[in-house]
Amino acid sequence: MAYSFPEEVLEHVFSFLCSDKDRNAVSLVCKSWYEIERWCRRRIFIGNCYSVTPDIVIRRFPKVRSMEMKGKPHFADFNLVPEGWGAYVYPWISAMSVAYPLLEEIKLKRMVVTDECLELISKSFKSFKVLVLSSCEGFTTDGLASIAANCRNLRELDLKESEVEDLSGHWLSHFPEHCTSLVSLNMSCLGSEVSFSALERLVGRCPNLKTLRLNRAVPLEKLPNLLSRAPQLVELGTGTYSSEVRVDIFSNLSEAFSVCKQLKGLSGLWDAVPAYLPAMYSVCPGLTSLNLSYATIQSPDLSKLVSQCPNLQRLWVLDYIEDSGLEALATSCKDLQELRVFPSDPFGAEPNVSLTEQGLVTVSEGCPKLQSVLYFCRQMSNAALVTIAKNRPNMIRFRLCIIEPQAPDYVTLEPLDTGFGAIVKSCKELRRLSLSGLLTDRVFEYIGTHAKKLEMLSIAFAGDSDLGLHHVLSGCESLRKLEIRDCPFGDKALLANAAKLETMRSLWMSSCSVSYGACKLLGQKMPRLNVEVIDERGPPELRPEICPVEKLYIYRTVAGRRIDMPDFIWTMDEDAALQHS
Amino acid sequence: MSIPQEHDYIGSSEPLQVGKSSKDVKNNLFNLKETELRLGLPGSESPERKVGNGVSIFGKDLKDESVNGFSHSPLKNFVSGAKRGFSDAINDSGKWVLSMNGGSEVDLKKGDTLFSPKGVNVGGKNNNNLQSTPVKPVEEKKNENGSTAPASKAQVVGWPPVRSFRKNTLATNLSKNSDVTGKSGSGCLYVKVSMDGAPYLRKIDLKTYSSYTELSSALEKMFSCFTIGQYSHGLAGQESLSESRLMDLLHGSEYVLTYEDKDGDWMLVGDVPWGMFTDSCKRLRIMKGSDAIGLAPRTMQKCKSQN
Repeated sequence: MAYSFPEEVLEHVFSFLCSDKDRNAVSLVCKSWYEIERWCRRRIFIGNCYSVTPDIVIRRFPKVRSMEMKGKPHFADFNLVPEGWGAYVYPWISAMSVAYPLLEEIKLKRMVVTDECLELISKSFKSFKVLVLSSCEGFTTDGLASIAANCRNLRELDLKESEVEDLSGHWLSHFPEHCTSLVSLNMSCLGSEVSFSALERLVGRCPNLKTLRLNRAVPLEKLPNLLSRAPQLVELGTGTYSSEVRVDIFSNLSEAFSVCKQLKGLSGLWDAVPAYLPAMYSVCPGLTSLNLSYATIQSPDLSKLVSQCPNLQRLWVLDYIEDSGLEALATSCKDLQELRVFPSDPFGAEPNVSLTEQGLVTVSEGCPKLQSVLYFCRQMSNAALVTIAKNRPNMIRFRLCIIEPQAPDYVTLEPLDTGFGAIVKSCKELRRLSLSGLLTDRVFEYIGTHAKKLEMLSIAFAGDSDLGLHHVLSGCESLRKLEIRDCPFGDKALLANAAKLETMRSLWMSSCSVSYGACKLLGQKMPRLNVEVIDERGPPELRPEICPVEKLYIYRTVAGRRIDMPDFIWTMDEDAALQHS
Repeated sequence: MSIPQEHDYIGSSEPLQVGKSSKDVKNNLFNLKETELRLGLPGSESPERKVGNGVSIFGKDLKDESVNGFSHSPLKNFVSGAKRGFSDAINDSGKWVLSMNGGSEVDLKKGDTLFSPKGVNVGGKNNNNLQSTPVKPVEEKKNENGSTAPASKAQVVGWPPVRSFRKNTLATNLSKNSDVTGKSGSGCLYVKVSMDGAPYLRKIDLKTYSSYTELSSALEKMFSCFTIGQYSHGLAGQESLSESRLMDLLHGSEYVLTYEDKDGDWMLVGDVPWGMFTDSCKRLRIMKGSDAIGLAPRTMQKCKSQN
């Protein structure tokens, strides 16, 4: 006799499951669990908007309240993906406006969002609360005005690094006077000045405001006005942090900071002027996150500042910090988990600052919790990497960018295979790795052998042959995203590991040696993959089959081929021949 | 690959050699003089020029060694010509002629022929009436002459992997501090470039170029695919596009480079000193010559509405 819990009980139990992985597992137990689970799943995450269609999602999960989705490949951040590639969110918004009237949250990354989308969102979802647009584009401040005006219970509006066509700052004034629900507002990517009095009033009437990231246009003198109205802030992004040096401005600022007792995160700080740094010293001991990547202050001032922040867990900074500043960091910030050092002059031929591999080594020695690194520098050695690997076996994200492509170990002039090999061997929990410098197939052998938890790998100007790619595809069991540019990887490794591609989210290869013929073959043999050739030279079949394609993007999908491709992208499948007729 | 028959810019019948590839060019450096493009009054002799020196289509006279601005601008006259009206300039001589203030001739480097004026060549490669602009393909433009500022490296797209908003902010910051690199002040940096008839835009970082020449060269590389697309039938069987091929197609085009400035007005590129241009340029558009005639406000309105 079958005996099972009533649905309501199961549903209640499932409501404690937050991770998609768990929910997916639960769905596989039996048909009735699948049914119960799908009716109570409230959050969905779609890592690749083309892996599935709106209809499929809506059909399976009819009661979604929160939707998160990503579009363009990561390399779009560096202009490797031509404009017009795709990732339009409109079809999704349109479908959801009908199917999910109770939708509360939309979080998008690298997608094209139009004003029309924003207006549709603002009018369709009565309980809409959270809009996060990360590295998106295609909309203007008019779209923001619709959101401000119509979303009555808006809690979060976060425009993280999106490219917004900034028509005016007037959009902010569209928040109605009775709107008091804001918890988080991030407008740091916008250029235009908003009405300061509107901003002041908005901040003043939202008692739950915890995150406020201003844009550069907000002058420093006015910052105290906002801080005094929002002393409960946890995350603050200042506007421009520069002004003529005046005692009254300084003391106002200092006083305003001193009432912000909850402040944990600080960012913005554009054009920071050293004279005003002490004004924030009162909040420094409480800071866990500090983003100085727009602050053009030099090493001595940076050192002084980080020394005031003993509880710092995350630091983003320009290479002005230099090795000496990183030494100060290593001494003062024992809780540091994440360090990102960005280049102040990435295109300069000569180093403009004294930041070398030594800075990173020092931090790896001094900060036992360091697990996430993004580091731009101009020289690296195997010895340094081996040391870092030895110091920090707990590393989970390691992204190293040596600015000169194919730069060897500057001491021995050898490839950096050994160094990166040490990293993957020692850091058994490594999930993300970006390589740079001179690298042979050997480093890929190390990676394939040891990097068993690796989920995302970025490769540029590396390797000697297909063997390199083969090592990665055959060895990295957890690999989900692989992005490669300018490497001599071709057909053999790709075709030999075709099945692997179905276990991954996506593969990007540009300026490699994969032939059109191989792409066609792959597309024909693997119906559950979309094999998309991006070639701005014109239709690939006008060139010989052995001719390498410019760019290749392969991803698993249940949606079939894309129907919204621009004319420089071709899907390789059985119908490929028909496409071009 | 056969060397195409070329005629010089002003239509004289003397065919000029065009290097097929940069390798050939390197081997044929001594032929450079013959292959250099000459622009000038019909019948006049080209003055002696050092290898690699040239004047960009935007008129920056490298020989004068002016860095940020330029005094003699053939394009200036071209531009003035445009302001008079393209047809006027063409009707003057029946052939397109750019005259310099000083009356001396100018050389065009490879990178400059993207924006050849209307009337020089229309039609495909095999057209017998081809009056194409031969150019001297050069592999490393930064090495060919000493005029490029040494501070910037040759740009690889997307490397180092720094996101545009960060690059833009940094460049602005750099210029606000002491002017180490000699680059001019803050302003628009990453700009979108559209080309009439092309299906999509590109984005470029103006700060990575230090002259109109570099810009023109880069744009040419970027947008060659479109003109090539139009002539793709002729390309079947070719694996790679040689630069002379590129030239053949591009100088057959009637494109003009324009930009939208901070005030929202559309201007022809090349009018102002480079630094001023990068300060005020918000967006670039490679426009069909016919649309740019006169560049009168009315025409610009029309262009805008067609956008």
